[in-house]
Amino acid sequence: MSVTTRPVPQVRIAPPSFKRPLIMTLASLVLGSIFVLLAPADQQTTFVFNLGDTLVALPDWVVSSRLAATGFALAALACSAIAWPINTRRGSLFFPAVGVGFFLVMSFLSWVGADEVLPVTGLLQGSLLLAVPLVFGAMAGVLSERAGVININIEGQLLVGAFLGAVVGSLLANAYLGLLAAPVAGALMGLLLAVFATRYFVDQVVVGVVLNVLAVGLTGFLYSRFLTEDADLWNNPEVLPTIAVPVLSEIPILGPILFDQNVIVYLMYVVVVAVQVALFKTRWGLRLRSVGEHPEAADSVGIRVNRTRFRAVVLAGAVAGLGGAFFTLGSVGAFGREMTAGNGFIALAAVIFGRWNPIGALAAALLFGFADNLQNVLSIIGSPIPSQFLLMLPYVVTILAVVGLVGKVRAPGADGIPFKKS
Amino acid sequence: MRLELRGITKRFGDLVANDDISVTFEPGQIHALLGENGAGKSTLMNVLYGLLTPDAGEIYVDGEPVVFGDPAGAIEAGIGMVHQHFMLVPVFSVAENVELGAESVGAFGFLKAQSAADAVRRVSSEYGLEVDPNAIVEDLPVGIQQRVEIIKALTREAECLILDEPTAVLTPQETDELLTIIRGLRDAGKTIVMITHKLREVREAADVITVIRRGRVVAESVSPQTSQSQLAALMVGRDVSLVVDKPEAAVGDEVLSVSELSVYDVTGRALVDSVSFQVRAGEVLCIAGVQGNGQSELVEALVGLHERSSGAVSLGEVRIDGASTKRILDMGVGYVPEDREHDGLVGSFPLAHNMVLDSINEQPWSRFGLIDYAKINKHGADLIEQFDVRARSADVLAATLSGGNKQKVVLAREMSRSLRVLIASQPTRGLDVGSIEFVHRQIIEARQSGVAVIVVSTELDEVYALADRIAVMYAGTIAGIVDPGISRDDLGLLMAGAVAS
Amino acid sequence: MSDEFPPDPSTGLSGSKTTDTLHPPDELAGSLTEALRRRVLTMNLAVTLLAVVLALAIGAVLIAVSSPSVIEAAGYFFARPMDTFSAIWNSVASAYSALFQGALLDVDELREGNIADAFYPISETLTVSAPLILAGLAVAIPFRAGLFNIGAQGQMAFAAIGGGLVGFGLSLPAGLHLVASLLMAMIFGAFWAGIVGFLKAKTGAHEVITTIMLNYIALFFLGWVLNQDWFQREGRNDPISPILNETATFPLLFGGGLRIHLGILVALGAVIVVWWMLTKTITGFRIQTVGANSAAARTAGMNVGRVWIIAMLWAGAMAGLAVSMNVNGTDKVVTAGIVGNIGFDAITVALLGRGSPFGVLGAGLLIGGLRAGGLAMQASTGTPIDIVLVLQALIVLFIAAPALVRSVFRLRGKTAESLTIAKGWGS
Repeated sequence: MSVTTRPVPQVRIAPPSFKRPLIMTLASLVLGSIFVLLAPADQQTTFVFNLGDTLVALPDWVVSSRLAATGFALAALACSAIAWPINTRRGSLFFPAVGVGFFLVMSFLSWVGADEVLPVTGLLQGSLLLAVPLVFGAMAGVLSERAGVININIEGQLLVGAFLGAVVGSLLANAYLGLLAAPVAGALMGLLLAVFATRYFVDQVVVGVVLNVLAVGLTGFLYSRFLTEDADLWNNPEVLPTIAVPVLSEIPILGPILFDQNVIVYLMYVVVVAVQVALFKTRWGLRLRSVGEHPEAADSVGIRVNRTRFRAVVLAGAVAGLGGAFFTLGSVGAFGREMTAGNGFIALAAVIFGRWNPIGALAAALLFGFADNLQNVLSIIGSPIPSQFLLMLPYVVTILAVVGLVGKVRAPGADGIPFKKS
Repeated sequence: MRLELRGITKRFGDLVANDDISVTFEPGQIHALLGENGAGKSTLMNVLYGLLTPDAGEIYVDGEPVVFGDPAGAIEAGIGMVHQHFMLVPVFSVAENVELGAESVGAFGFLKAQSAADAVRRVSSEYGLEVDPNAIVEDLPVGIQQRVEIIKALTREAECLILDEPTAVLTPQETDELLTIIRGLRDAGKTIVMITHKLREVREAADVITVIRRGRVVAESVSPQTSQSQLAALMVGRDVSLVVDKPEAAVGDEVLSVSELSVYDVTGRALVDSVSFQVRAGEVLCIAGVQGNGQSELVEALVGLHERSSGAVSLGEVRIDGASTKRILDMGVGYVPEDREHDGLVGSFPLAHNMVLDSINEQPWSRFGLIDYAKINKHGADLIEQFDVRARSADVLAATLSGGNKQKVVLAREMSRSLRVLIASQPTRGLDVGSIEFVHRQIIEARQSGVAVIVVSTELDEVYALADRIAVMYAGTIAGIVDPGISRDDLGLLMAGAVAS
Repeated sequence: MSDEFPPDPSTGLSGSKTTDTLHPPDELAGSLTEALRRRVLTMNLAVTLLAVVLALAIGAVLIAVSSPSVIEAAGYFFARPMDTFSAIWNSVASAYSALFQGALLDVDELREGNIADAFYPISETLTVSAPLILAGLAVAIPFRAGLFNIGAQGQMAFAAIGGGLVGFGLSLPAGLHLVASLLMAMIFGAFWAGIVGFLKAKTGAHEVITTIMLNYIALFFLGWVLNQDWFQREGRNDPISPILNETATFPLLFGGGLRIHLGILVALGAVIVVWWMLTKTITGFRIQTVGANSAAARTAGMNVGRVWIIAMLWAGAMAGLAVSMNVNGTDKVVTAGIVGNIGFDAITVALLGRGSPFGVLGAGLLIGGLRAGGLAMQASTGTPIDIVLVLQALIVLFIAAPALVRSVFRLRGKTAESLTIAKGWGS
């Protein structure tokens, strides 16, 4: 028997799957054709871009409905065509997918807006507002889950934030003080989650679900006992004023959308950037991610796993609580029973859809906000699609995401797994 | 650094894992801590590293008593540990893993971009441990990951390095490289502690050996010149025959035939690449190789547990590739999975239920969909008796058994069915010597009764003890199917990717 | 793998191998020694009782500090401190006694000999419990297979469409019509739940996500259906279906103003069937094996995906029956609010019952009683019924963390396992 050395064999790689470009192309073709065929050739769609006072007033864009639908559908098809060679090179399909989505939406708008006026900037501004609590909730989800604790409790954290924000804002007759109180309520909720998850090692999904019930019960109880008894005293906070950022708010389109908002929206920008930077550029973030990915490894270099998780979850609660204040102080003023209406779960969906990345979660939250507001706008101008189906959109998209049609999602390695030292 | 343990005792419930252990590790020495699985070596090292608190005893560093509440204390004192299961975050880069817990930061806790990478490069060049600081750990081969662990300890200025079963996942060549590195560290004055149960490496690398058995030191300051069988006897407490009594093989017809079988991972990479072999009745084919060269996936594909595979597998005349696991098992394939705790048993079920896990739908265990628990319990009790499972009764929950007894339960279940093929993956990993002997006897018994046996093993001793033929796997391919007469050196070369000619 | 004791936490780079769930062992009755079993049961029972006591205590604090009379009395606490204490006592005692009387027996009416009125509370409790028990089963069965079904809400909403359609759309003989309507609800519910099992089996999509999402989709779909000509009651603009035919409704058990109907017996029957299925059949064995260790189940040749689907089909069918308690029992009509909050309360019921069918029965009765009593309490003392949600949440939290309850009551005990169902998002 003799043996001879040989070079390391090349790793054989199976050809890439064409599933995703195929889906993109089919979606462009099928949906695009539907929009084009349904769009009336003899009617005009009017896109309006002006909103408020901006430096330059943009003209409205009036275009034949079918022509615009066709143009945008072809653009979507072009984007899906680009996806094929990129897929063969195993490149990222992110931008083609965004392109397909954007142009299909535009094609759709060209159809449904026939003989109507579409306030584009208003649509986007409303989308951002609807997305605000989602973004805060999603950041809370990212913080907590990156540290390895599943956060089903976002809904409850938003709700108590909305509640305490309104109550404190009303009692002290100062919306800004209410804004300070909201994160405290969220943090207390987070504290409960943290205690049960990292001290008693209770199943995190179970605790999250049950704490949501607790939040609904507690706020509902106090609402009936105090807020409805003497609404003027307890539930009558002023709404945070809109603060236009000088100069920036006068940029056409972007200005009114981004820079003519109340302080919670500006805080949202800060929080997103802070979470992104802190997670990936600081010692705190490195350690937080390490306990979420491989707690034993973190433990072996002297990092206190459960303490790190505990703090992350409490912080997450505070962030969500702050977002909850938007429901009361940031928009309608008064607190209402179960007023968060499932936003916490959409935020959770945004976390997953955004692959546990702050920026990704932000994008997902904005997308969901857009779907929601699109439904609002369409119900005003009269839509050929029942509003219920538009309302389903975020949820359908999320299912498609977790099913893997939108690419593989990978949770932090130890997300949801309690860390017990022997 | 002179590290001294005095009278360390650690109990888990009724179990005394460490019983009054005293041992001293000197600087500039490679000190091997030899003991079989379950002897209490890892417990001792976890005590030393601050992961466990001892019930009694003291630790001295350079003559000063120290108490480690947690690993941070041990690291502070200059102790570094290379764990058997690497303590690396898979999605982090090498640099991030190295700096974790000892980061150098600027204002507001911002990480300093290059300092960790520089530290890695510095230590790399100083001790000849080549590694790219920006590589993502999960993309690296196991041998390199181990280097990252060593670098991690060295950047923390460890004076004492504890290596827990460091060669378990390495090829013989990688092992040689590791030993060279370790010797270099020793010559630089570090205190090296190597925990292992592998006699050969101990004799090759250690300067001094301490043998532990059942939580006690049974021999100290043993010279590495001590013969292998003497060391084995010390380790086990009795004379051990390192060979299994194996009658001449009575080889029959070809039972299992594998042709051009490939298995892919999610991304489409071939983990098993066009593998072909046959197994005949009454022979043991050992699949040797270093962990992670496709053996696990090959076996999973054979029993229908892998979704992405191509090629043909025939049992007798019948094609079984693409068949469900249920059908393959029902056709007379017995399967002892690699990870018996995770895949072999349901810990929260009683033994009796575990004994019928893969035949619950068959008579007499059930009829018309209804289960007959009385018959199942009787069957469980019988098998416990027959396979010498140390448990009070068949009602005992499987999770409460020791590793060896768990493996006996799995073997009992599989061998109580009528088999044509037995596939056993790492059947003795982590078992004590007594259980190893038992398992080996059962495997040989199956062979004698005309079953075609496939044993996957990374342990060369086991391969030589059992095999009638040896198939060596490397990087998803079969590097050669050879006779057990092959020398250890040649087998090692095959495992490292050489080809047989 | 090293076999050193203690068992090393498995820390391979693969990361997420966790020890599998230790389900309450009472279902394995045949194989556990009788003594051990009794000890486990009494231990669980003690923890459950103490959890209820603890929750009631916290609830009492909440009631007291928020009670208007207490707040008023506290205003002059230093002048007449006893007023505050008696106000506290009065508010808590009146609320809780209204709660218990509202759940069990109206003592005043009994004294006056109005038997039907006296038993009205227990009739309400049983009526409210029936859907809770069934929906609890819809959560408990997947528990046993290692799935966390947060989707009973959506499954019930979807099932209401099927059951309702048959109920008001067809004319069939009495009895048969009811059975047909129930069957259709079960089929619709099973379909909706089956999607979850199917997606989990085929793509690994985590059921917690898909069930939450499908809840919303089902509710919006129900909302849409209720606006369609073929479902909306003629001449109405609001989302409401026609009234069900008499032939498709549950007969009342006693009448005389008592709402209790045949449905409660259906719920009881379902508990027994599910218990039988889980403990006596191969399906049950497989469900429990997959739930306890899906990897071992797969290795033993079980089709884990199929078991998940089967468990979810059972769950959906139970959810269908659950909503039928409202559609064919109390409401006799389908509305957007037909499910109420039962699908979410079901989670508490299943957790409280520790996933065992008879546990679910007990928990369903308890929560149903709190619900029925809570309404009576709200009516007679003005204490908001939301306190019931608080109690419910606290009870489950305490049960899920036995160590907490023990430390509060200074009980000694082995480190008991806490509830574990979901194991991270990974699949």
